[in-house]
Amino acid sequence: MNLPCHNDPIAAIIASHQLIPGALLPILHAIQDELRFIPPEAIGPIASALNLSRAEVHGVISFYHYFLTSPPPAHQIHICCAEACQSMGSERLMQHAKSTGDFSVHPVYCLGLCANSPAMMIDDQLHARVTLDKFDRLTEMLGDQS
Amino acid sequence: MKLFVPGDSAALALGANELTAAIAAEADRRHIDITLVRNGSRGMLWLEPMLEVSTPEGRIAYGPVETTDVVSLFDADFLHGGAHHLRLGFTEELDFLKKQERLTFARVGITDPLSLEDYLAHEGFVGLQQALSMPAAAIVQQVTDSGLRGRGGAAFPTGIKWQTVLKTQADQKYIVCNADEGDSGTFADRMLMEGDPFVLIEGMTIAALAVGATMGYLYVRSEYPHAIHILNKAIEIAREAGYLGRDIAGSGKTFELEVRKGAGAYVCGEETALLESLEGRRGIVRSKPPLPAITGLFGKPTVINNVISLASVPIIMARGAAFYKDYGMGRSRGTLPFQLAGNIKQGGLIEKAFGITLRELMFDFGGGSMTGRAIKAVQVGGPLGAYLPESQWDTPMDYEAYTALWAVLGHGGIVVHDDTANLSHLARYAMKFCAIESCGKCTPCRIGSTRGVEVLDKIINDQDKTAQLELLTDLCDTMLHGSMCAMGGMTPYPVLSALKHFPQDFGLTDTGAQHA
Repeated sequence: MNLPCHNDPIAAIIASHQLIPGALLPILHAIQDELRFIPPEAIGPIASALNLSRAEVHGVISFYHYFLTSPPPAHQIHICCAEACQSMGSERLMQHAKSTGDFSVHPVYCLGLCANSPAMMIDDQLHARVTLDKFDRLTEMLGDQS
Repeated sequence: MKLFVPGDSAALALGANELTAAIAAEADRRHIDITLVRNGSRGMLWLEPMLEVSTPEGRIAYGPVETTDVVSLFDADFLHGGAHHLRLGFTEELDFLKKQERLTFARVGITDPLSLEDYLAHEGFVGLQQALSMPAAAIVQQVTDSGLRGRGGAAFPTGIKWQTVLKTQADQKYIVCNADEGDSGTFADRMLMEGDPFVLIEGMTIAALAVGATMGYLYVRSEYPHAIHILNKAIEIAREAGYLGRDIAGSGKTFELEVRKGAGAYVCGEETALLESLEGRRGIVRSKPPLPAITGLFGKPTVINNVISLASVPIIMARGAAFYKDYGMGRSRGTLPFQLAGNIKQGGLIEKAFGITLRELMFDFGGGSMTGRAIKAVQVGGPLGAYLPESQWDTPMDYEAYTALWAVLGHGGIVVHDDTANLSHLARYAMKFCAIESCGKCTPCRIGSTRGVEVLDKIINDQDKTAQLELLTDLCDTMLHGSMCAMGGMTPYPVLSALKHFPQDFGLTDTGAQHA
């Protein structure tokens, strides 16, 4: 058994969360907040702390779209592809995004900005009424930062 | 000088933070002392970011304001309501707002969401004080008498649900707020959480007093980080002021509240899947019975209600069941915060009594389509709701009237599509979405949705159409009657309504779709 080490963030997170009821999702969120993804080596310690099998922990991680099992790229773009954004051309925006550069672009199903469609998120920043021009302008700034 | 710039996500997504910074910098440059309040949104979302200035005669609105407008606004003396091309007039007099009946959203956009002082000055915690002076059964009775039904979409009478939890004996009971607002075309929950979080805390506390619960959870989707942030702050403020914790408002009663974050699974909006998720498992739907009211979170009796249902309770307690029940029609009592979205000129939140029509909402409030083209189809009630053709736009918005149309009023989310929309593609999308988001527990939903996409592809590509249409109808019938929850059970609504009302989009003549 691996003994928790004081500078191990995963062990620290598990230790501070394991006693709360329904601790698994809060633990996974805390790890992803800290490390930007959930590394495979976290599964064993979480499973033993919560008295679950590794399969159960893996099953939860893989069930939820939000949890990542490998490090994400520096910038992530999520374009809303639900009905309201479709009615305002999100499909065209998605095609445009995929064709204009090597961003990591993913669909998301509703950002709750349905009266200002189409909407998208660049990292944690929300953007609404995104025209193709606005997309280019926003992503150009992204290139400058990285 | 008091200025209001919304801190609502919709305003933020349109540059409200940048605008606030620009205003502060310009005021500083001109040596003008201003107080900036980050209020919730008034719900006129096409005008965001909409700023307001406080004048002795009332608040005056300007919008939509961009950072490049700031200098000219100062030049026009907007701080005293000066004339400017973006000046909209007195906020309260704006047609879109004036015609509404704001009960649940009474404070949203008006107050500072995190000011307890503001909340108290606007009838805050009056409902809780009432509830504290009443026996539990009387609180439940008042909610039952108000006619309030679940605003998340299922429209189950809230008081009946509470009554079941009240009557079930247990050492521990829970209040769970379903804030997993994942449906396209809905943002009322988000606007309320961001714009008036204390009302939700108050509603949950009243629910706890009514059924004897001491612990509550708010399950908020991960796509709403801003709402989570505001709720956490509001809970902290309420706890410090003694409105949460071991001695609520000096009553000796205990109620604790905690926010839990979802993780991007649409199906967790289904109440039993949500409970599974809260317990730390995959969001897999549970069989009912047992009902969550009897065996809910961690196996204990649980009230699980939507944000708007819980947030409507304080005004019902403060003003009485009769006051609330006076709004609405038939068995749909009170108001519904309609959310006008998609291809619409003036999208936003419209709280109105049940009974208004889709046409009034889309044209009197919404001003027609954003693109200026004819409106073709309207999806009401989220991704699992039916598409309505123009012949149905004059039906009053009432739960039973919509059921009679084989449509879904649900949470009042409205997504407008203009005449460029192809309903066969939207029907295919409905099946596709179900396939992506199905929890996988029951076969009709898990397999049926994938088969549905395949069958629709064949219909769209004109392969063996007659046989495929029969297959689609059959498949939808199985999903409708054989699925464990609304995910698979209601996906046929958008699919079959699209086929029935817009057969030409499937390459059929009107008569060809009759058997569908």
